Amino acid sequence: MRPSPLRSGSRRRPRVLAAASAAVLLAAGLLTGCGSSDTASSGGTVTLKVGDFGTFGYNAKGANLFAAYMKLHPDIKIVEDNNANEQNYWNATQAHLAAGSGADDIQAFDVSRMGQVTTTLASRFTDLSKVPGVAKADWAPVKWSQGTARSGAVVGLGTDLGPEAVCYNTKLFKAAGLPTSPAAVAKLWGGSWDTFVNTVGTAYQQHAPHGTYFLDSGEGLFNSVVGSGATQYYDASGKAVYASNPSVKAAWKLASQAVAAGETPGIAQFSTQWASGFANNSFATTICPAWQMANIVNDSGKKNAGVWNVATAPQASDWGGSYLTVPAQGHHVKQAQALVQWLTRAQQEITVFSTPDVGNFPSNVTAYADPRVSGAKNAFLSGAPIGKIFSAAARRIPAAPIGQYDGVIRNDMGNGVLLMEQKHESASAAWKATLQQITTDTTG
Amino acid sequence: MTASTTASPTRPPGAAPGPDGAEARRRARRGRLYRLDVKGSPYLFILPFFLLFAAFGIFPLLYTGWMSLHSVSTLTPDQSTWTGLGNYTMLGHDPVFWKSLRNTVTIGLLSSVPQLAIALGLAHLLNYRLRGRLFFRVALLAPYATSVAAAALIFQFIFQQNNAGFANWVLHLVGVHPVGWEAGTWSSQLAVATIVMWRWTGYNTLIYLAAMQAVPGELYEAAALDGTNRWQQFRYVTVPALRPTIVFTVVVSAIGSLQLFGEPYLFGGSGQGINGGPDNQYSTLALYVYRLAFNSEHLGRAAAVAWVIFLIAVVVGAVNAVVVRRLRKSA
Repeated sequence: MRPSPLRSGSRRRPRVLAAASAAVLLAAGLLTGCGSSDTASSGGTVTLKVGDFGTFGYNAKGANLFAAYMKLHPDIKIVEDNNANEQNYWNATQAHLAAGSGADDIQAFDVSRMGQVTTTLASRFTDLSKVPGVAKADWAPVKWSQGTARSGAVVGLGTDLGPEAVCYNTKLFKAAGLPTSPAAVAKLWGGSWDTFVNTVGTAYQQHAPHGTYFLDSGEGLFNSVVGSGATQYYDASGKAVYASNPSVKAAWKLASQAVAAGETPGIAQFSTQWASGFANNSFATTICPAWQMANIVNDSGKKNAGVWNVATAPQASDWGGSYLTVPAQGHHVKQAQALVQWLTRAQQEITVFSTPDVGNFPSNVTAYADPRVSGAKNAFLSGAPIGKIFSAAARRIPAAPIGQYDGVIRNDMGNGVLLMEQKHESASAAWKATLQQITTDTTG
Repeated sequence: MTASTTASPTRPPGAAPGPDGAEARRRARRGRLYRLDVKGSPYLFILPFFLLFAAFGIFPLLYTGWMSLHSVSTLTPDQSTWTGLGNYTMLGHDPVFWKSLRNTVTIGLLSSVPQLAIALGLAHLLNYRLRGRLFFRVALLAPYATSVAAAALIFQFIFQQNNAGFANWVLHLVGVHPVGWEAGTWSSQLAVATIVMWRWTGYNTLIYLAAMQAVPGELYEAAALDGTNRWQQFRYVTVPALRPTIVFTVVVSAIGSLQLFGEPYLFGGSGQGINGGPDNQYSTLALYVYRLAFNSEHLGRAAAVAWVIFLIAVVVGAVNAVVVRRLRKSA
């Protein structure tokens, strides 16, 4: 999958190392396909297994949410079943779901998997909408809608969200004669992606220091533009509309213009050279979901503290973030649902957000008024008021429907943009190849 | 094992199956048991292996074949619809499949040919009396013992596309412009092939070395008496003696190339690994199986590709058998 599974926080994880064991893990997952009785109760206590990946931060130092819950509910014991690698996690989990046994009481999913989870797999999960304390109004509209199956059943409750802003390199902006204060920078593009690419981007490129680019990635731009549309790859009836949707086509055109104007370096996001691009100050902007800030901090290195700042994006979109689900095959569905409800409440999401080295941005909008969120600043990124910027974006993200192959289509579209960047294919040739690829990938 | 000692055919001559019919029948039964023991028990001894092989080799193989004839999602393997050869005909016009097939062959050649040639040369050198021979032999095996993940990580840095990468730094020293290793078709395949070569050359060297040590020293002495130099000894003594070993390593490398997965997957990193590059420029058949099965969730189509790999392996094996037979005849 795309980097989106690299959900949240500093989560460009050592996927490389873990991936080698993918096949082994899968085999192990199939073989142990009948182990869900691990959750058997003993001595009046119920053990709940929580399957997740990467960094959810529940057990992180400073959060200790599981310990807190067990203190509140002495009859519950929680065991975290964490896999560092999202792809491996997905491989094993889908085998458990297909087998009808072996799944944990709670399973987390990256939003890129929710297309399958809310369609093909929907019947394997319990409906969380009726759980006491769960209210639609508490979540960012996009978060709630993308966790809901067409039947209306709420399959997953949102943990974190990836609202996007534009992170920009003040050093490069200054060198290119552009303003550097967040308000003035946001004013440059106003509310328009077109201005962003075709006015600000071209202006930057004209005066840019040699070897630097306005954007870190054409794919990042494309995804953000698509993500700000009310309809994306599927319509509300579940029909795939990626080929005809004008807003997808508009995003493609913008990406091709950015590529043609030399605004992108033509490298894949999260590659080693992408990471070194931050260390070497090669990118003037990156359209960054809240969790991307951690990558900027890590990849730029201490010497670049205060170089980056954050401005409001032309339009709101989101990228990444996760859900918690309760598989129907579990033996303690009620208790698991109660735990999911508790973990996704504002207080707990705020705790995760404010835990050092975690920082996953809440998807529960009632968290945004809390001073720990609204007052949050990022010292490395010039002390930007990230809490305010990202909360404002979160509320404005359109609640676009997603469909079965959303993750696959996104992956193929991203590759198509790279075809323009790396193989110098024309916008129309790359579009044609991409559509053909999507047809192949979504058939059979 | 009693049957084999007591029922030995030591019947006195002339002691025909006499009036005592019961005795004769007993002897006859013992004879049958004896034969059964001699002929049957070896099968019994190897039975455990074949039972395990049936459970973990044959059954998955056949089941994969059965699945390849169905339209079935990885997420709902209990719901499958019969499509006959539909998955196979679909591969016919699936560009990623053809690219992966082509890449599997080209990466296989790019890695195997130089790898085996270098291994043969190294083995020849190591076969001489050298100081620290043991050290060299162990050192050769070190890459083989290294995890593919660690190797791929290092090579990712070596083949960075900007000036920071080691490969481009070396090119820069000789005045060549930096290469976008991952983006290009040949460059990325060369990079992946390099990882494979780095890992497997030592292994093949040791196999060749073992075979070389079985070559009788008199052959070399005789050749030396005839006034040959070392290259001629290598060409006219070592290589002919090693022919069966070379065929073996070629077949093993060919099959290894068919299964090539870890190197391209890890070389591509978290974003591009599963695609084998945005243009699938270093996607392989095994990688495509993984992508179909666990990314787009088409288990039936993944099974079809897996069977294609199997059939190619069968062809490779058949060619090997023919070549070995030829070699034996000509020897």
